[in-house]
Amino acid sequence: MRKLLFESLFAKPLTEAAPAPDDAATAELAALVEATARRKLGRSLAIREVDAGSCNGCELEIHALNNAYYDVERFGLRFVASPRHADVLMVTGPVTHNMREALRLTYDAVPGPKWVVAVGDCARDGGCFAGSYAIAGGVSAVIPVDVHIPGCPPPPLQILRGLLALLEGVAGHKPAR
Amino acid sequence: MPSLIDLNLEGLQVARHRPWPRTVVDSAVWSFAARMLSERQWQLLSLWGEPASVHMALFDPRSGEVGIVSLDCPHGSFPSVAAKHLPALRLERTITDLFGLKPDGAIDDRPWLDHGQWGVHTPLGAKTDASSPSPAYRFLPVEGDGTHQVAVGPVHAGIIEPGHFRFTVSGETVVRLEQRLGYVHKGIDGLIAGADLARAAQLAGRVSGDSTVAYALAFARAVETAAEIAVPARAVWLRALCAELERLANHLGDIGAICNDAAFAIMLAQFGVLRESVLRAADAAFGHRLMRDVVTPGGVARDLDDAGTAAIRKALAVVRSKLPELIELYDSTASLQDRTVATGTLKPALAEQYAAGGFVGRASGRGFDARRTLAYAPYDELRFDIPVLTEGDVDARIWIRIREVEQSLSLVDQILDRLPRGDIFIAPTLPAEVCEGLALVEGFRGDILVWLRLQGGVVERCHLRDPSWFQWPLLEAVIEGNIIADFPLCNKSFNCSYSGVDL
Repeated sequence: MRKLLFESLFAKPLTEAAPAPDDAATAELAALVEATARRKLGRSLAIREVDAGSCNGCELEIHALNNAYYDVERFGLRFVASPRHADVLMVTGPVTHNMREALRLTYDAVPGPKWVVAVGDCARDGGCFAGSYAIAGGVSAVIPVDVHIPGCPPPPLQILRGLLALLEGVAGHKPAR
Repeated sequence: MPSLIDLNLEGLQVARHRPWPRTVVDSAVWSFAARMLSERQWQLLSLWGEPASVHMALFDPRSGEVGIVSLDCPHGSFPSVAAKHLPALRLERTITDLFGLKPDGAIDDRPWLDHGQWGVHTPLGAKTDASSPSPAYRFLPVEGDGTHQVAVGPVHAGIIEPGHFRFTVSGETVVRLEQRLGYVHKGIDGLIAGADLARAAQLAGRVSGDSTVAYALAFARAVETAAEIAVPARAVWLRALCAELERLANHLGDIGAICNDAAFAIMLAQFGVLRESVLRAADAAFGHRLMRDVVTPGGVARDLDDAGTAAIRKALAVVRSKLPELIELYDSTASLQDRTVATGTLKPALAEQYAAGGFVGRASGRGFDARRTLAYAPYDELRFDIPVLTEGDVDARIWIRIREVEQSLSLVDQILDRLPRGDIFIAPTLPAEVCEGLALVEGFRGDILVWLRLQGGVVERCHLRDPSWFQWPLLEAVIEGNIIADFPLCNKSFNCSYSGVDL
């Protein structure tokens, strides 16, 4: 283990932050997320993720945000275990009727001000599962949504972009919630 | 002992059911099959319903035969299979929930998927109105002094699918775990019924996101078998390439995540990087990180070019260069081994009874792997080992994954070296007459079964069975007697799918 740790210590970080000219958009994005997040929410934004019926594809890509390449915590974006600790509820999936109440309760448990990010095509309107007897609809059918991030599933960078959009929205107005 | 094939003589064989026979039997033969399951002569591959019939897919481990028996249920009931063979229990409760067919002699009459939230009962059967609230779910009772319950979920403390776990513990020791799932039930069975091929394939590829390739492949193979469509050789090999990349990505992610649940975070960080390398290669090669909708009935939707091949080879080189020292780290860290060895032990007899697939079965002595046991193309032409251990603990499930990563690395190499040239797609034409197909495909989690009936140019009915149906109940068994703090570790080592079984 010592060898691995030493290697990691001296190796170039995998995290893709270097503002190389060919990667200008990512760098700009990274800088913007950081600046806006700090302005509105101090140093951090705590996110609670809820799977309200997804196929688990979106969860895989949300997980990837935490790997060394994206390292989302460097922006102060952090996934928390309890809705009580959260500023943002990140919801995936078409909302199933069987998850409707649990989603509602989780939303209610998040203290205000709070925002909801719906992730994935299903989260908009139920996606390919819309119309089923078991589906309530998109996330907005159950709780108010501030930002929707499309994709099936959206890749990690796309999710990061969506969080930026949220932060810009937050800068414009105070949420009623 | 009768062989599975003898069963075909006991009923009416269904025409154009491929590749294995389906036989409509009477209730006596149906009960006989259930008894053969209980006597461990045969293994249950799946049990599913239609509005007025039930089907049971069987595997004869001695002869390697697969077969389906069907029973018409004109009176809305069928002899319970679960009463004789417990692995059928949740599947049987699902049949009752969706179709309203009742098992005679049922040992558990509680609903499974139906949480009383749909506004309708038996949505795929008689569709009775369900406006009155359902009674609260009855969890199994636990008696004795000094026990208390811990209720977890459906919303868990992590980025994970929803489900409810009811632990009864004595001190720190788990006396009983009872799972309650169904939270992500989307009604896929109902949505696929009557769908055209493109729509049905889209849904099949979204049953379980981490196994999107395996599901799409199982669905495509069931369609092609039913309609007797010959897929171009290059497509067959490209599909296997996608399937192995998916297996690699998932196993790499799992190994890191299991160690992380033992609070050894460096493995999560390191394996997270390896997983990301594979996903990026998949994206470069097939245009999607999870390779969603790449495998399609008739072939594959996208060809592999030189840049894609190079990306895959580069990712493989990264994994190969890092893997040995990470395995060494796992193997030589006593504090980590202390958590994984002899934790959550699944006895081989139980794995055999439940016909548990994937790393769960293979870590407990069950060597079944659809790629080998049923040898579908191109695996019949590829060299690979099926690692099997008998310890059955968390450690063994990690080792099976490590060995399978090594095998998949070799398989990807072989596929890239031998990839045939030619077309990658043939437009599937569905026959006018009714035909049925069954396919079993080895996903990273185990064997995925897809059965379907094509009629009038649409998928008239489709049943998709996730490997987790036969793994979830075993998790209840292995946690007994372990401390509750080891549950995340045991759970992650099983890594069962919620969406796959909730459908």
